Amino acid sequence: MLRRLAAPIAALFLALFASLALAIGVDEPLADPAAEQRAREISRSLRCLVCQNQSIEDSNAALARDLRRIVRERIEAGDSDGQVRAYLVARYGDWVLLNPPFKATTYLLWFAPILLLMFAIGGVMLYYRHLRARARSEVEPAALSAEERGRIKELLSERTGP
Amino acid sequence: MKLRPHHIAPVAIFAIVAVFLYWGLYLNPRQIPTALKSKPVPEFELPPVQGRSLGLSSEHLRAGEVTLVNVFASWCVPCRIEHPLLMELHAKEEVTIHGLNYKDPPRQAAAFLDELGDPYSRTGADPTGRVGIDWGVYGVPETFVVTRDGRIACKHIGPLTPNDVRDKIVPLVRALKADPKQEKTC
Repeated sequence: MLRRLAAPIAALFLALFASLALAIGVDEPLADPAAEQRAREISRSLRCLVCQNQSIEDSNAALARDLRRIVRERIEAGDSDGQVRAYLVARYGDWVLLNPPFKATTYLLWFAPILLLMFAIGGVMLYYRHLRARARSEVEPAALSAEERGRIKELLSERTGP
Repeated sequence: MKLRPHHIAPVAIFAIVAVFLYWGLYLNPRQIPTALKSKPVPEFELPPVQGRSLGLSSEHLRAGEVTLVNVFASWCVPCRIEHPLLMELHAKEEVTIHGLNYKDPPRQAAAFLDELGDPYSRTGADPTGRVGIDWGVYGVPETFVVTRDGRIACKHIGPLTPNDVRDKIVPLVRALKADPKQEKTC
């Protein structure tokens, strides 16, 4: 009984999921697979403005869908990848780029890791120099004064006494 | 013990980091600065919302008048919150307000204005949202202050509050009306 029902049930589920996939995948892919690949890659590098830390390729937001459509339109119009990004940057600013551009206002951002690393190395070097200086001062203690020598002699003679 | 630089360094570094983190607390990641500030409004031409006769185009925004362009939609709940403020601005004749109706079915847009009142001198219906994207719209409502010569002086993101209108929008509009160079921004 169950086995006989398995095939229709599977078919039903398949139809259900297929219709769901159709409902979600509203994007119309480009006919040329290479162009479609480019569209997807560009979309992955653009930030969704509504959901902030998702790319427009990953986002379900209506605006992300509109922007994906624009990316495909620009590609069909013959834009290069850079031109497609520039089109959206002109409207939404550098903010739409998931990779911040390298320019005067972002130098601090890009160089901060190197700067911090240099500070850290400098700090560690200073610390070791400090340690070494202290070690050296412990190896070569100041010479004993006559008074100290007398006191040592006194103590030693006490210990070795009767 | 003598205080040496490396004794203060951890405290100093902590203090610097703390200052930046404190500053960061007051940044709103939802407010993305517009790329269009001081730039001419995008070129567009839209038919009016259903039942109204005056459409909106970039030409109307360059006509020598300081204007507000309010991006609204019937499905946008915060738009209902700010709507009375727009009605008030309109009633006081403080500034000409134009409406950009973003991704809205025609009948619902008309019903929204019929129900709540129409503060707009002109409306532009943008059912596909293409013009909205040219304006850098990403969340409705948004309100733009446009100079006499059709440049974007200010973009306000989210619903206007009475404070926004009193402290930001109205002073800027008045300044622009008085300023022959039209250089004031927010």
